[in-house]
Amino acid sequence: MRVFWSLLRRDLLLAMRRRTEVLTGLFFMVIVASLFPLAIGPEMDFLRRMAPGILWIGALLSSLLSLTRLFEADYLDGSLEQLVLLPSNLALNVTAKMAAHWLLSGLPLVVLAPLLGLQFDLGVDLLLSLMLTLLIGTPILTALGAIGAALTLGVRGGSVLLSLLVLPLMVPVLVFGAGALEAQMGGLGIEAHVSILLAMMLGSLALSPFACAMAIKLSVE
Amino acid sequence: MNIHWFYYAAPQNFFRLSTTLWPWCAAAAGVLALLGLWLGLVVAPIDAQQGEGYRIIFVHVPVSWMSMVIYLAMGFWSVMGLTFKTRLSGMMTQALAPTGAIFAALSLLTGALWGKPMWGTWWVWDARLTSELILFFLYVGFIALTSAIDDVKRAERAGALISIVGCINVPIIYFSVKWWNTLHQGASVSLTQSPSMARLMLWAMLLMAMSLWAYTLAIVFYRVRCLILQRERDSRWLKGWFEQEHLALVAGR
Repeated sequence: MRVFWSLLRRDLLLAMRRRTEVLTGLFFMVIVASLFPLAIGPEMDFLRRMAPGILWIGALLSSLLSLTRLFEADYLDGSLEQLVLLPSNLALNVTAKMAAHWLLSGLPLVVLAPLLGLQFDLGVDLLLSLMLTLLIGTPILTALGAIGAALTLGVRGGSVLLSLLVLPLMVPVLVFGAGALEAQMGGLGIEAHVSILLAMMLGSLALSPFACAMAIKLSVE
Repeated sequence: MNIHWFYYAAPQNFFRLSTTLWPWCAAAAGVLALLGLWLGLVVAPIDAQQGEGYRIIFVHVPVSWMSMVIYLAMGFWSVMGLTFKTRLSGMMTQALAPTGAIFAALSLLTGALWGKPMWGTWWVWDARLTSELILFFLYVGFIALTSAIDDVKRAERAGALISIVGCINVPIIYFSVKWWNTLHQGASVSLTQSPSMARLMLWAMLLMAMSLWAYTLAIVFYRVRCLILQRERDSRWLKGWFEQEHLALVAGR
């Protein structure tokens, strides 16, 4: 467990020393969300209906953008190899890296989302649900994406390949994340969607570290 | 009785097996396809509601079945490969993938061709169509990943990992898309409420399905054969095999 915390601290510290990398992902999300009204027109009724989908797709793309960096730097400077050689459990260490990634890319999105939601004229209750679903959904994106990121380490055209591999797997998150807001707009509750999202989060968090550890061993060999 | 479960897991033994089996499977596929198409296109009567257009189901349904079965088979061989570290499993997974991708694409294509005259549209965001599309994406992802990695062993194991992850995800994707669809709108068209099929049509469809099974076996045997030739080209047994073949050829002449 000590390795877990020190890894987490190390990754956060590294990110704090290079803040632009974290901020680019966030600004990417802001720009994507601001481009949609320009492309489809400024009618508020229409935008309000599109908002859940747009914001969720923005979150998806922005987390994908940062996923390429999840193991890349460590892979290039060899510290990933050292991580594999550590006597402690690799799956746990990978979880630490995933947690750091979520804190740096997922959590800021959750905080930022209501601001973007205001652009689309969402009400307070909808903004809260948006934050809630993103809070549950973004860890799933990190967990699934980490497998893809580990598999594509050092592979030709890795980042494009990563999106090809990972995006189809993220469909359920998109469906239930955006679906929760749509259900709320339609006067239904969001409990069903949130429960399923929670189930997917627990499932992916439980299984993904092992797949991820396996993939990392493959790429380091 | 003593069964050698892993006898054919050795490329050397499987090579012999596939060399003998693939022509038979191909022939069976051809005969069954001719029979099935004859039953389906000539003998089967015109459908009361759908006219002649319904006949595309004799291709569409078997192709869709196979596209799903092949993904499961890939998952199966991936598990085998990761647990038993048999060399053949990785080759099987790789040999299956292109066929599965083609079947998924064909299923989408024939579905669209059928949908236009029947539903009046090429595409609806129905749960089955959408999940078939995502299945196609999964196949493409697998092929892209394995062909991007040069090291054979790493490519195989990475492919195995991603197809297992895919196999776990396929049911989740299917149900999520299904519930998403019912939330958005009542399904305007349902594939399940078609009238029960005449026995003749069912037979034609089953024959076509069997033909595609045989075709898949033939093409997979053939592809695995090529993969073995490629990967074992420096091995002694393969050189011995070539010499034998050569001798047999000369003797036959």
